[in-house]
Amino acid sequence: MIKFQHVSKTFRSKTQTIEALKDVNLTVNKGDIFGVIGFSGAGKSTLIRTVNLLESPSSGEVIVDGKNLAKLSKRKIREEQKKIGMIFQHFHLLNSKTVFENVALPLTLSKGNKRQIENRVIETLEFVGLSDKVHSYPDQLSGGQKQRVGIARALVTNPSVLLCDEATSALDPQTTVSILNLLKKINEQYKITILIITHEMEVIKEICNRVAVMENGRVIETGNVFDIITKPQKETTSNFVKSIVRDDVPVSVYKMLESNKYDGRIFNFKFLGDSSGKPIISQLAKRFNIEVNILFGNITELQQASFGNLIIELIGRQEEIERGIHYAIQEKVEVKEVEESGNRNRYYSERAMGNVVHG
Amino acid sequence: MEIGTDIILNALWETLYMVSIALFFGSILGIFLGITLVVTRRGHVLENKFIFSILNPIVNVLRSIPFIILLVAIIPFTRLIVGTSIGTSAAIVPLVLHIGPYFSRLVENSLLEVDDGIIEAAKAMGATPFQIIRKFLLPEAFASLVLSVTTATISLIGATAMAGAVGGGGLGDVAITYGYQRFDTITIFVTVVILVLLVQIIQSIGNTLERKIRRVS
Repeated sequence: MIKFQHVSKTFRSKTQTIEALKDVNLTVNKGDIFGVIGFSGAGKSTLIRTVNLLESPSSGEVIVDGKNLAKLSKRKIREEQKKIGMIFQHFHLLNSKTVFENVALPLTLSKGNKRQIENRVIETLEFVGLSDKVHSYPDQLSGGQKQRVGIARALVTNPSVLLCDEATSALDPQTTVSILNLLKKINEQYKITILIITHEMEVIKEICNRVAVMENGRVIETGNVFDIITKPQKETTSNFVKSIVRDDVPVSVYKMLESNKYDGRIFNFKFLGDSSGKPIISQLAKRFNIEVNILFGNITELQQASFGNLIIELIGRQEEIERGIHYAIQEKVEVKEVEESGNRNRYYSERAMGNVVHG
Repeated sequence: MEIGTDIILNALWETLYMVSIALFFGSILGIFLGITLVVTRRGHVLENKFIFSILNPIVNVLRSIPFIILLVAIIPFTRLIVGTSIGTSAAIVPLVLHIGPYFSRLVENSLLEVDDGIIEAAKAMGATPFQIIRKFLLPEAFASLVLSVTTATISLIGATAMAGAVGGGGLGDVAITYGYQRFDTITIFVTVVILVLLVQIIQSIGNTLERKIRRVS
């Protein structure tokens, strides 16, 4: 378990002071894959570095497995650091050493039986799928393979926590997925708590169960990944969510709306969890005297539940449309009407429907 | 050429003797100073403002004294160390003091070339400062350090030419006393050719080793 309590960090130089972290409070539970997302400069790198004391907090406490590392002696700190694995965006492998030597390095820092070290290294390399690269050098490997070496190096000491500092940001999408799957396997098999910082929402969506959003050194939103993605509260959060879930109305729809190509009214239906499994659209057409025209759709799989939105056109008499919308809202669909906007700068506007129907 | 090959060979031996002994002690001094200059600087693993701000100017002062001046200026110190102030062995003391600080800057550069991320990874593993130097910095900088030794060796060969001023002998001394002062062009030519060959050989060895360490074919 990792606990951040009122953690602040200020960097001071002669010319300026930078508040990298401002009163951060977070709890990462044992067994979590916890994601911290934010744009560059949000403070997430500093945050993850306070866990293994690569940065010491200016104030506040970081408790890892019940211990506040900052209060320990240097020797004790190093002992605790050995229980916290870390992987990096640019891997930070030693090019002068083979894959085997790189992975063995953390073990050679403590006195150990040579034979045992060798067995452990081979075992770990097998786990990350690099048994055939034992005697290669890092510069002979691909990015994904290098990160696997980094992961093996972090795992070789059997840590209880794994810190991932933008671990997939230098990798292509396909390799990213394979590395994320490996992290998931580590979490499930070894019950290692994983703290990931990233600027890619895809990473959060793929493997994290909980997430915190950071901006300007503060945590602005935190919660289960499903809740954050389906109901983002802050603008920065919704911007990140938009990168994986397209819920904005396509430009083509606005354009046609503007030139009055549609006979009916256009709505944005948002399906979350429960509602996404039901045949609401076909019920709309069956129960009410309206025609349903699907203009755009997007369904995403999220934590074993689906989540998506549809842009639909409803054609029919006004009261039938209103009744249809009322039904959809009862079925827990979030409904917004897409309208042409009078404002020239804004192409359109969406109007929440709840009040209209009930009012 | 008015002098025999025995004089040339003897001079070559003196040069090699001075270079290798001075290189040995100079390297130890240089590596020690170079590592200290790196790790005591701000934000590094053994940050120590006091040591850094004393060592840094000392290295600069030693490096700015022309070798020929250093050679005579430290005669009392030389006498203290080797018991005499003239001869080949006496020349070695100023040579060490000359090459050590120079080599320390080369070592410093080589070590600073190592990616900071390596040090960060080492710290995250719970490595001690000493382990960071020995198991991370030095292995990563090794190829570059070999080139630094090569450069320092060649620089030493140049410096030995002036060792004649304290009776140190060597090829440079022969070139000046027999060649220059007695208008013996051939002697100058022969000694210079030998020196050029010496430099060529050392540079090639250094380059080959460096490429081997870097695993470049």
